[in-house]
Amino acid sequence: MDRPIRVLVAKPGLDGHDRGAKVIARALRDAGMEVIYTGLRQTPQQIVNAAIQEDVDVVALSILSGAHNTLLPKVVDLLKGEGADDILVIGGGVIPEDDIPFLKESGIAEVFTPGTPTTVTIDYIKNNVKRK
Amino acid sequence: MFDKEKLAEVKEKLETFDEKTQKSLEKRPERQEKFYTGSGDEVKRLYTPLDIEDLDYNRDLGFPGQYPYTRGAQSTMYRGRFWTMRMYAGFATAEESNKRYKYLLEQGQTGLSVAFDLPTQIGYDSDHALAEGEVGKVGVAIDSLADMEILFDGIPLDKVSTSMTINAPASVLLAMYIAVAEKQGVSQDKLRGTIQNDILKEYIARGTYIFPTEPSMRLITNIFEYCSENVPKWNTISISGYHIREAGSTAAQEVGFTIADGIAYVEAAIKAGLDVDKFAPRLSFFFNAHNDLLEEVAKFRAARRLWARIMKERFGAKDPKSMRLKFHTQTGGSTLTAQQPDNNIVRVAIQTLAAVLGGTQSLHTNSRDEALALPTEDSVRIALRTQQIVAYESGVTNTVDPLAGSYYIEAKTKEIEEKAMEYIKKIDELGGAPRAIDVGYIQQEIMDAAYDYQKDVETGKRIVVGMNKFQIDEEPPKELLKVDPAVGELQKEKLAKLRAERDNDAVKEKLEALRKACEGDDNVMPYIIDAVKAYATLGEVCGVMREVFGEYQQSVNL
Repeated sequence: MDRPIRVLVAKPGLDGHDRGAKVIARALRDAGMEVIYTGLRQTPQQIVNAAIQEDVDVVALSILSGAHNTLLPKVVDLLKGEGADDILVIGGGVIPEDDIPFLKESGIAEVFTPGTPTTVTIDYIKNNVKRK
Repeated sequence: MFDKEKLAEVKEKLETFDEKTQKSLEKRPERQEKFYTGSGDEVKRLYTPLDIEDLDYNRDLGFPGQYPYTRGAQSTMYRGRFWTMRMYAGFATAEESNKRYKYLLEQGQTGLSVAFDLPTQIGYDSDHALAEGEVGKVGVAIDSLADMEILFDGIPLDKVSTSMTINAPASVLLAMYIAVAEKQGVSQDKLRGTIQNDILKEYIARGTYIFPTEPSMRLITNIFEYCSENVPKWNTISISGYHIREAGSTAAQEVGFTIADGIAYVEAAIKAGLDVDKFAPRLSFFFNAHNDLLEEVAKFRAARRLWARIMKERFGAKDPKSMRLKFHTQTGGSTLTAQQPDNNIVRVAIQTLAAVLGGTQSLHTNSRDEALALPTEDSVRIALRTQQIVAYESGVTNTVDPLAGSYYIEAKTKEIEEKAMEYIKKIDELGGAPRAIDVGYIQQEIMDAAYDYQKDVETGKRIVVGMNKFQIDEEPPKELLKVDPAVGELQKEKLAKLRAERDNDAVKEKLEALRKACEGDDNVMPYIIDAVKAYATLGEVCGVMREVFGEYQQSVNL
């Protein structure tokens, strides 16, 4: 039998806006996924360590500080370095449309901007998760 | 307030009205079965004198500028002068932000409001590993007094009032401000402004904490004490509901949790031996303004009345100024939509009206593009013009507290005051705000409300125009503000130069003196001022305090 999808919801960078991260974490949990939330101010390395340790299928990165172009690709690179590039990495937050192509090229599978219903994110994860 | 016989008559007629209406509903039902405020409280079809029959004018409302301040903090309110129009701004380097401040002052803004970048807010220099990618992004990067001198270059600090959104390292930035003023020839007793300095809401909702609760509360009371003697016109704290609301709370929670935080600060200062009437007049508040206009107006009035009563009855304050709640308002960032961003101009206008009808002392209006990025200069100008239109054209500023006496507003004011008081009682039972935060109570309550809100939006129970109704296909907006990624490198270079050129022995000596003060019981403010004057960096000063005080550990719960 399939085990539930395991998701790490993480806050890279220094911003303290965790309303979105917590709402999405609850919504994913209510959708039947197993969710681990890192709390604030996680470095890319800390996030990757947690992802490996918790054996997750998805890493969902929430960032509103504007440092997304620096920090999000780092998470992808570090996961690759660990041979864990089958983990689906997605992002969300105040991220200008112009930056999204760069993030996708860097290995962020999808970026969810303000106003996205949680159901859209849930469906995306269900349809695109690679592990399991 | 009302004659008993007349009330009985109203009651009788209301019953007839209800019966009649009920019958007509069978043919023509209302749009919804029930109606709710923005915070999810049920709203009745009609409010009458029966809803405020217990209202005692002299006891519950009184006169503006007088206890319990329900009707306003000053006697003439905006007939005397308008609120301070204060746009929160800052990005990239001190040089760039200095230009934006000068532009805003030329455009008729009347006070400055400094936004710092995240490394500054968390006490790291721009060359710290954790600062990577964050330098200059959400505010200006300040590493040392040298940056602060540039930030206020050509801005006379005896003429403007400056609000600084800085919390954990508030003592350090205030010290730098005092030092810059001194270099301009302005003595500290002439300085006017505010530091946010509200660590409890950082633990609850905003996230830029550094030190654990106890040393943080000590730093705050040290600032209260230092300023009451040396910087008497400075607002030493801005007890903030803004971020609590942004995190998803209801209006009543915003008031209840913020005032519970206020109670904790007053208790800490009294415990440290300060006289309540010596520091309380310099306490100030900071609230949010959301879209439910009438609920928001009631909220501001309820907050004023509740604080006045608590200061008088609970803390035995004697000076009326200790009981008078003054507040800054910012329009609600979380109400802005990324979809059809120009609609946000209208939301901000409604929120501006709420803040003004609620009697705010100063106001920041958000810009239309802030769900997407930091605002451009054009967007900021529209947001400032929105305030000016309400001030000069709407007419609501001509009389004090114009909505007073409305059955709905007065009933709602009472309801919010009572609900907020219930939260305060619950927090008292848990042992006060710091304890209630440690056990996650406050965060949990806010999170529950935030999740309810999200579900209501997704089920369409709550309409957000342009987002879940009246959508259009639109092009992604162009012309967003971009912060040059080179800012981080630039700040690093400035720091290297500073460290090479300053008197490093003096820096070391001042930092050692600060360390001893932190370990002992002295007020740390004079030591911090000495250190920043020797060009010790923010990261160095906070580093010493981190070593002595340790760091706060967030309790993570969903």
